[in-house]
Amino acid sequence: MSLEMRQVPLAEGLLVLPAARAQEKSSGDHTAGSGPYVFQIVSFKWDHVQEPYIIALWILVASLAKIVFHLSHKVTRVVPESALLIVLGLFLGGIVWAADHIASFTLTPNVFFFYLLPPIVLDAGYFMPNKLFFGNLGTILLYAVIGTVWNAATTGMSLYGVYLSGIMGQLDIGLLDFLLFGSLIAAVDPVAVLAVFEEVHVNEVLFIIVFGESLLNDAVTVVLYNVFDSFVAMGADNVTGVDCVKGIVSFFVVSLGGTFVGIVFAFLLSLVTRFTKHVRIIEPGFVFVISYLSYLTAEMLSLSAILAITFCGVCCQKYVKANICDQSSTTVRYTMKMLASGSETIIFMFLGISAVNPDIWTWNTAFILLTLVFISVYRVIGVVIQTWVLNHYRVVQLEIIDQVVMSYGGLRGAVAFALVALLDEKKVKEKNLFVSTTIIVVFFTVIFQGLTIKPLVQWLKVKKSEHREPKLNEKLHGRAFDHILSAVEDISGQIGHNYLRDKWSNFDRKILSKVLMRRSAQKSRDQILNIFHELNLKDAISYVAEGERRGSLAFIRSSSTDNMVNVDFSTPRPSTVEASVSCLLREKASSVCLDMQALEQRRKSIRDTEDTVTHHTLQQYLYKPRQEHIHLYSRHEIIQNEDEKQDKEIFHRTMRKRLESFKSTKLGINQPKKLNKSHKRDRGQKRRNSNAIPNGKIPSENPVPDFTLKEKGIDNPAFSADDDQSIYMKFPPWLTDEDSVVPSQRARVQLPYSPNNFRRLTPFRLSNKSVDSFLLADGPEERPRAFLPETTHM
Amino acid sequence: RHAAATPHSLAGALEQGKPQTPLPDGSSRTGLKRLESQTQPLGKYDLQGIGELAVNPLGDRIINAFFKEGEDLTDFRSFIRVLAHFRPVEEGKSNETGRPEPMNSRLRKLQFAFQLYDQDSDGKISRDEMLQVLRLMVGIQVTDEQLVCIAERTIQEADQDGDGAISFEEFSVEKLNVEQRMSLRLLK
Repeated sequence: MSLEMRQVPLAEGLLVLPAARAQEKSSGDHTAGSGPYVFQIVSFKWDHVQEPYIIALWILVASLAKIVFHLSHKVTRVVPESALLIVLGLFLGGIVWAADHIASFTLTPNVFFFYLLPPIVLDAGYFMPNKLFFGNLGTILLYAVIGTVWNAATTGMSLYGVYLSGIMGQLDIGLLDFLLFGSLIAAVDPVAVLAVFEEVHVNEVLFIIVFGESLLNDAVTVVLYNVFDSFVAMGADNVTGVDCVKGIVSFFVVSLGGTFVGIVFAFLLSLVTRFTKHVRIIEPGFVFVISYLSYLTAEMLSLSAILAITFCGVCCQKYVKANICDQSSTTVRYTMKMLASGSETIIFMFLGISAVNPDIWTWNTAFILLTLVFISVYRVIGVVIQTWVLNHYRVVQLEIIDQVVMSYGGLRGAVAFALVALLDEKKVKEKNLFVSTTIIVVFFTVIFQGLTIKPLVQWLKVKKSEHREPKLNEKLHGRAFDHILSAVEDISGQIGHNYLRDKWSNFDRKILSKVLMRRSAQKSRDQILNIFHELNLKDAISYVAEGERRGSLAFIRSSSTDNMVNVDFSTPRPSTVEASVSCLLREKASSVCLDMQALEQRRKSIRDTEDTVTHHTLQQYLYKPRQEHIHLYSRHEIIQNEDEKQDKEIFHRTMRKRLESFKSTKLGINQPKKLNKSHKRDRGQKRRNSNAIPNGKIPSENPVPDFTLKEKGIDNPAFSADDDQSIYMKFPPWLTDEDSVVPSQRARVQLPYSPNNFRRLTPFRLSNKSVDSFLLADGPEERPRAFLPETTHM
Repeated sequence: RHAAATPHSLAGALEQGKPQTPLPDGSSRTGLKRLESQTQPLGKYDLQGIGELAVNPLGDRIINAFFKEGEDLTDFRSFIRVLAHFRPVEEGKSNETGRPEPMNSRLRKLQFAFQLYDQDSDGKISRDEMLQVLRLMVGIQVTDEQLVCIAERTIQEADQDGDGAISFEEFSVEKLNVEQRMSLRLLK
């Protein structure tokens, strides 16, 4: 038989083979080892690969769908991606149903909770803006805990009340069932919320509150769900007061326990990454494995797994980023984003697919409609009341528009669906009704509310702004105001203090960082922040010391009127400003409408071509203020790199100017001309990666990988050329006044343009290992005074 | 020597090597109060040490706005006076001519912004000063010739009395929405 098989041509053979194999298999089953085993060149082993193949196929389909959606920018601007995916899922589900008449693919709770949810939550935790988060923690906790309990209780009870009135018809439900349903439908969903909020740029406080709430309310949801689930299982009659008390206690245990597990694993993770210097390649693996273990451990101990993995991410951020090398850091970030984004896509698609399952559909108009009404209404009431209470304690108040966004942005998502799918039919008789209602609620919030929230926000914000095309002046000054505002914010932020934060800072610096961060990272972190100080202070000290060593230095300060602090205009002007001022909506939060204006302007025709060019140039090249270019969190993008260039340029310029201003203040202004030409070259070569430094929030992130000091060659001719010309204009005029400083004769001649000085300022040499650059910086930085003798022999 | 004045920044954060969290977080009223009780002056170096300011195009100018000409230290009162410019304007307050102009009125805010441009304090923004500001705020891709062009057009647009410079009146005529853009929520 085998010989005959081999002689058959391959194509026919392929067609024949499955049948032959099937036959053979069945015959093999009956008579084990009875006939000779036939050798097959190729065979079609579908069963063998079925499971992983289908999984891979679905992932591929979801990803392809994303590509297709983003082909049309118009569509994605209006419709949130999550809505599109759900629709796609419905469509695909329809196809599967039509083909097979069984719902073979659904979002099973196990898959969801074990594989799809952890990456999303880990991503949220790892990229969480910590300062903002902990700064607003009180507010977040209030909304998460009290808000969720309020929503659950009121929704459950109202539904029960309505049921009692008979509108819903005959159902096999008790009060506890309603409360159970209320608890799982009440929670705002982290997956859905973020998917929508990414499109809508809101101010950072609002964002962090909603985002934080969606993450932290898991503890409450888990507790409530479990409590009511077991109550339902026990039967309504057997529930005693003790059980209720136990329920309340379990809330604290679950939430605090989950957090504790997360923190422990974060500690472990940071500790491990401290020692991975020689196994760089698998560094990223540790992050994922250990975080996942924290999730599973909490799940195992029936604690809140979401809280565990969130806090694992939140706490380990800083140390892991300091410890692992750059490439690993990039790998971790990209992988996390990829997993999170992919998970989210799959979740929404499967939500759609799972809905196409007529077996579970039970329609009860009253129930569904009332659920929708109740969750919206009670959320609004809850938000309003809590905000009113909170505003008494907060410095930064939450305004009406914030409350609107918070209430409207409370979306329900896949977590609710997974929880409802977990219900036991035997205990909860009306499970199908619950499932159907949940699906409808989720679809409604994600699609309808997701679609309309952006226009709503825009309408609210743009109400007061003007729509005519801004003039050059307005654009320029407007941008200047933005810069001024962010500068003042930063200043006031730096000056403020917080006792707890100080304590934590101290603790962190003295103990934690020593344990958890690599030694080299510790050193570099200190170094980065000292740079600023030392650049200015040590320079000043050294120059003054230098000058005084050389001879008399008479400082004659300019005696111009002090009009820096108190504006003092010589001629009083009558106030021509209109009295009524409307500032309901703060400009700060209005990055939404900037796109609109820019677009509008481009569309309108401008007659003067020079005007066009000017406008266009300004539009393109004006530096962006911080509010515009910092996005706090995005599941689908890694945000950092876009404005590095801008930061670098500005930083470079600023440092140069400060240096000049110091030198000119101390030692006279005639030197700059000579100085400029000679040190411009040096300066032009030094590019600084300002990524690390201005990111005062996490100073140890990315310890300055790009410092370079090239030798005398000109690195960037375009840049140095620019320097030479514009340096004269850039020189701060208030320092160029002739009578400001009178240097001594000797000092003027021997002004220490010394390569050493400048090298000291940028002692960072190119090195493959980012951290090592700071080890090199050790020598020169430590003894500034020791330099001075060197500089004299000019 | 003031230069040797140790950086006893009252933002002791810099000493500890870690900048503190920004105020707008709803929980640090005490911070400002503590600031008030400090008797040590605030130095220019402390402000220059703030990382975010180094990547703000107008950072240095704004720092200098907090200090008197040529000095590097300021005390709490003066600091707060400057900061007061940024209080949001209260709605509905009529402009009583009897009382002195409040620090955060539209006029004051405009004056603050104006003086940032007008470095030599002659009451006008000359072409050079405009050029300087533009140079600060624009990327390096823009050449100087283009900048000169832009500066001239800007001045042309705003200049009404034809003196080739922008005076304060011309500046304040612009519909600049300064009340919103130069207000810190925090200071309400």
